[in-house]
Amino acid sequence: MAARLLPDTSGLPTELLWNLTLRELRSKFKRSTLGWLWSVINPLASIAIYTLVFGVFFKVTPPEGDPSGLEVYGFWLVCGLLPWTFLSNGLNGAAASIVGNEGLVKKVYFPRWVLPAASTASWLANFGVELVVLGVVLLVVGNFVLPWVPVVLVLMALQTGFVLGVGLVLAGANAYFRDVQHFLAIALNIWFYATPVLYPPEQVPEDFEFLGMTIPIRDLLQLNPMATFVDAYRDALYNLRWPTFSQWLTMALISGGSLAVGALVFRRLEPRLAEEM
Amino acid sequence: MATLAVAVDDVAKRFRLVHERNSTLKATIFNGFRRTVHEDFWALSGVSFEVEEGTTFGLIGHNGSGKSTLLKCMARIYRPDRGRITTRGRMSALLELGAGFHPELSGRENVYLNGSILGMSRREIDRRFDDIVSFAGLEQFIDTPVKNYSSGMFVRLGFSVAITVEPDLLLIDEILAVGDESFQQRCLEKFADLRRSGRTIVLVSHGLDAVRNICDRAAWLDHGSLVKEGEAHDVVTAYLESVRDDRRAHEHASGDLVTDEEAEGGWHIEAVHLVDEVGRDVDVIESGSQLTVRVEVSAARDDDVALAIGLYRTDGVHVAGPVHHFRTGGPGRRVVDYRIPSLPLTAGTYDVSTRLLDEHLARTHAVRRRAARLDVNSDRETDVGGLVALRGTWSVDAG
Repeated sequence: MAARLLPDTSGLPTELLWNLTLRELRSKFKRSTLGWLWSVINPLASIAIYTLVFGVFFKVTPPEGDPSGLEVYGFWLVCGLLPWTFLSNGLNGAAASIVGNEGLVKKVYFPRWVLPAASTASWLANFGVELVVLGVVLLVVGNFVLPWVPVVLVLMALQTGFVLGVGLVLAGANAYFRDVQHFLAIALNIWFYATPVLYPPEQVPEDFEFLGMTIPIRDLLQLNPMATFVDAYRDALYNLRWPTFSQWLTMALISGGSLAVGALVFRRLEPRLAEEM
Repeated sequence: MATLAVAVDDVAKRFRLVHERNSTLKATIFNGFRRTVHEDFWALSGVSFEVEEGTTFGLIGHNGSGKSTLLKCMARIYRPDRGRITTRGRMSALLELGAGFHPELSGRENVYLNGSILGMSRREIDRRFDDIVSFAGLEQFIDTPVKNYSSGMFVRLGFSVAITVEPDLLLIDEILAVGDESFQQRCLEKFADLRRSGRTIVLVSHGLDAVRNICDRAAWLDHGSLVKEGEAHDVVTAYLESVRDDRRAHEHASGDLVTDEEAEGGWHIEAVHLVDEVGRDVDVIESGSQLTVRVEVSAARDDDVALAIGLYRTDGVHVAGPVHHFRTGGPGRRVVDYRIPSLPLTAGTYDVSTRLLDEHLARTHAVRRRAARLDVNSDRETDVGGLVALRGTWSVDAG
């Protein structure tokens, strides 16, 4: 049995979460001259590079935005790439959060989940800035995204739930097995190509023959939660249309489910974190 | 019945002594998914005691006795495998100073960060910010990144934040020795303030004098079990006696380890005895009672000599150095007594060294270092801390 919770700390430690998030953000840009500007420059550079490589050199035709009519591969790609980057950064950050704060975990008591949560929150802030930059550029080229801002905010909230849920499991597990971090790098690589970020999902062949078996890979890819999220972000930002009801339902279930599982697993792992490192 | 600040009820904590740590998946798989090959080690087994609110409580014991583990259980860093620890009120643990400081951030940013880790709200920190900075003496450097701080500045700021939490219960692990003399002095004053304002302090210390002087009650742990709990003075005395018994047993087994001696041809300090007023050999004595240091020397020839006695506290402080000149009057054994009518020392452990020199104190004939050890007990009603029991008289008059 644990000691009884103290009245002062039993509430949600929002200030601690806030301060730890600030610490992450501040230290991220502390020694760079441009600092915060990097969050602005990164998405701009991505749009420019991908448009140049795929749109100009390879002449890839992007799907035409329906009903927006926008047809620029760089934009189409970045609309999916930014949510992906948030997932990838968020999971890597969360996995390292407990182990990276070993000194703190071993010497001070506070609710441990705050560490992966603060890491996720800092990447969410980064993601937010990137989305604002993308939104401004989209407005400039004539995609009127302003009415869709609330939709994107809800999408961000749902995706954050998903990232944090998985992140909690990774954070706890990584304290017990350091392999988790390395394994995650490979898993994210596979996951990236299994998510329609670089290619439109319609280009994936319906079936794939393998050792005489027919594998319905396009349907299988639909099992990937990130595919749904990427599609939904593109609907709101590129196509300027509502994601379907079934997409919303899927995302809500994924988000809530992974948060619940994450919280349960983390609660099991939490008591021995200090001594497992 | 006084209110309890901490109740430790049958607490046990198990650690796994890992012989082959499978912290990689590969090792886990090869070992058939047994996570570790280990042996259970009970760092604490069935410890129970209570700490009353407003008292200062000491945890003593040799290294590995489980006292730090118990403190970490109280601080909720470790979760006991059995039993239960209940604490009351806001708790702050000084286990490591400046834990969680980020080197790239400024002192100011770290104060807010560390404060919120310790459970303070932003408004509380705002209110106490100036106190924190001035207590640490870092007004000039508060906007400098802490990576540029000296280690002293670092721990001072850490201590300052931790102590400003104004906890109802403060847990301290061996950190009274922080910073320079003047900062240490301020720390001690701060602890005294906290005690006066009715806060509860639990501290782990190897400094038995500190425990005896500061603490009201103490618990002595040995190999994870509670040996004795009670008045700090009694517990420390019992602990010292057991350490002394161990030491004696050890000395008997392996010769005289503690004392070291040198002598030149024919000269020798044979023995040093500590004798109380009724003539018994003692190694524990009450402050203020009569003590005789009896030195048995053997002389090589008839000569003018000087016998010096050195009294040292165990931390090396030289307390006194009486010297006596006399003529040996021929070769042979002499017994030299140095009688102290009323021992003016406060509670503590002291070592006695002796040295036999020529009359000019230039040449050493024989020396016997740490020839005897003396534990002095004193009444906390008259002296709390310090080295010398002055035995002055007090008077209080109507103004």
